[in-house]
Amino acid sequence: MFDFSIFTKWLDALMLSVMPEWLTLIIECVLVALGIITLYAIFAMVMIYVERKFCAFVQCRLGPDRVGPWGTIQVVCDVLKMLTKEIFSPRKTDRFLHGLAPFLVITASMTTFACLPWNKGAQILDFNVGVFFFLAVGSIGVVGILLAGWSANNKYSIIGAMRAGAQIISYELSIGITMLTMICLAGTMSFSEICQAQADGGWFIFRGHIVAVAAFILYLIAGNAECNRGPFDLPESESELTAGYHTEYSGMDFGYYYLAEYLNLFICAGMASTIFLGGWAPFVIPGLDGFNEIMTMIPGFVWFLGKVFFVLFLLLWERWTFPRLRIDQILKLEWKYLVPISMVLLVLMALCVSFGLTF
Amino acid sequence: MNAQDIMFVVLAVFITLSALATVLSKSIVRAATYLLFVLLGTAGLYFLMGYTFLGSVQTMVYAGGVIVLYVFSILLTSGQQEELRQSTLQKVIAGSVITLIGIGIFVGVLWTHGFNPVELALSKPSESVITMDTIGTQMLSTDKGGFLLPFEAVSVLLLACIVAGLVIARKR
Repeated sequence: MFDFSIFTKWLDALMLSVMPEWLTLIIECVLVALGIITLYAIFAMVMIYVERKFCAFVQCRLGPDRVGPWGTIQVVCDVLKMLTKEIFSPRKTDRFLHGLAPFLVITASMTTFACLPWNKGAQILDFNVGVFFFLAVGSIGVVGILLAGWSANNKYSIIGAMRAGAQIISYELSIGITMLTMICLAGTMSFSEICQAQADGGWFIFRGHIVAVAAFILYLIAGNAECNRGPFDLPESESELTAGYHTEYSGMDFGYYYLAEYLNLFICAGMASTIFLGGWAPFVIPGLDGFNEIMTMIPGFVWFLGKVFFVLFLLLWERWTFPRLRIDQILKLEWKYLVPISMVLLVLMALCVSFGLTF
Repeated sequence: MNAQDIMFVVLAVFITLSALATVLSKSIVRAATYLLFVLLGTAGLYFLMGYTFLGSVQTMVYAGGVIVLYVFSILLTSGQQEELRQSTLQKVIAGSVITLIGIGIFVGVLWTHGFNPVELALSKPSESVITMDTIGTQMLSTDKGGFLLPFEAVSVLLLACIVAGLVIARKR
């Protein structure tokens, strides 16, 4: 398996040999930031196209098909439209907070995006408490959503924001506990070590067998709720609240929410594929050496993206199949079913690990 | 000045300005937002020192805390444009006396113990990173320097909060 850190180390050494340390650091930071932003924008566009086509497929429609072959240029046109639209701010509002809110949301989303392990040695933020850092930074996004709802001076916005607050804080609990279940199996919180362990000893969803599969299903449910997507899209339910917390936003300010929503879905899928499906780890079957050799020849980022799009397919399937829940049903589902189940799973996983019942 | 020192100065200025904005702001939601910046800046300092766990805890706890502040300020204040009341002369005098005492104590402590940001901000953060194992073991240890008692005491506090919440919600 190709180790991407060989390339980054070579680049680092090359730059250090011709320029001082601080300049190297700044240039590297700028390069990494550019990389993140480019990937972010590209994946947002891909995601929007995939979502439109998939939604059309589920609803027996064709989806976008006018601009470009199979409507592929449609998203580019939409991006250009959004970039050139006027940004207005409603009267009698707090302009500063109204302008600040989208940036909080997009910052939280981009920082969590930087946690994803793309390939062996190709990850940007890799702490020893990686998973915890991921959850912590992700929780800043809610601040932006509540701020957006409050600062818009609009009843729809505030209702949407309060719903989002209740929903996201609740579902963060079961996401955290399911992730803890898998950390219990992994024994580490660093994303690189989690992936390495799965590359060495098999994916966690197989090693943790029944408990891991149950945790995976739970994570998919809670992940959809965490991204404010249907059947949990109450905060922005268009038939009752116009657009929820981002009703009063236009142009690129709205675009930031749009971007963050799709990329949060991508990040959610990326996290699921990292902690359950092995991240960049190839699929190997012990004993079949020829098969394993071919699988290992496929580069890590292809594996990672393949898994991410598989999980995305599951998430989209869930999103377009179920009708929207009511707010009391959402809270009931979380507090009466998902939290107790995830706690039981955590205890079960701890028992399995301590009695050596995992593979 | 190396990169660490520059980051320290940037964060320190950011924290100080946000803290000033928090107390000087008239709108309660703005004050809460600036408070969030102060706390995130502090988390940044922890990251700078290599305490990634503490930094993550700071971010997670206070992002949630500021949300609760928002919800309170939305639910408990009347209307969008309500501003905090003007300070009277008495309040200004009392506030400045307390501030001066606080500054005196703070500067006194720093003066007697010595304050060297270069030493404090650790020259090699990667070596000083404390692993999750150490934190977890220490949290539940009863040895010297263990944190089992405070850990359990906090859970009693949480229990009290839950019971109080139930009592208030159940009252008819």
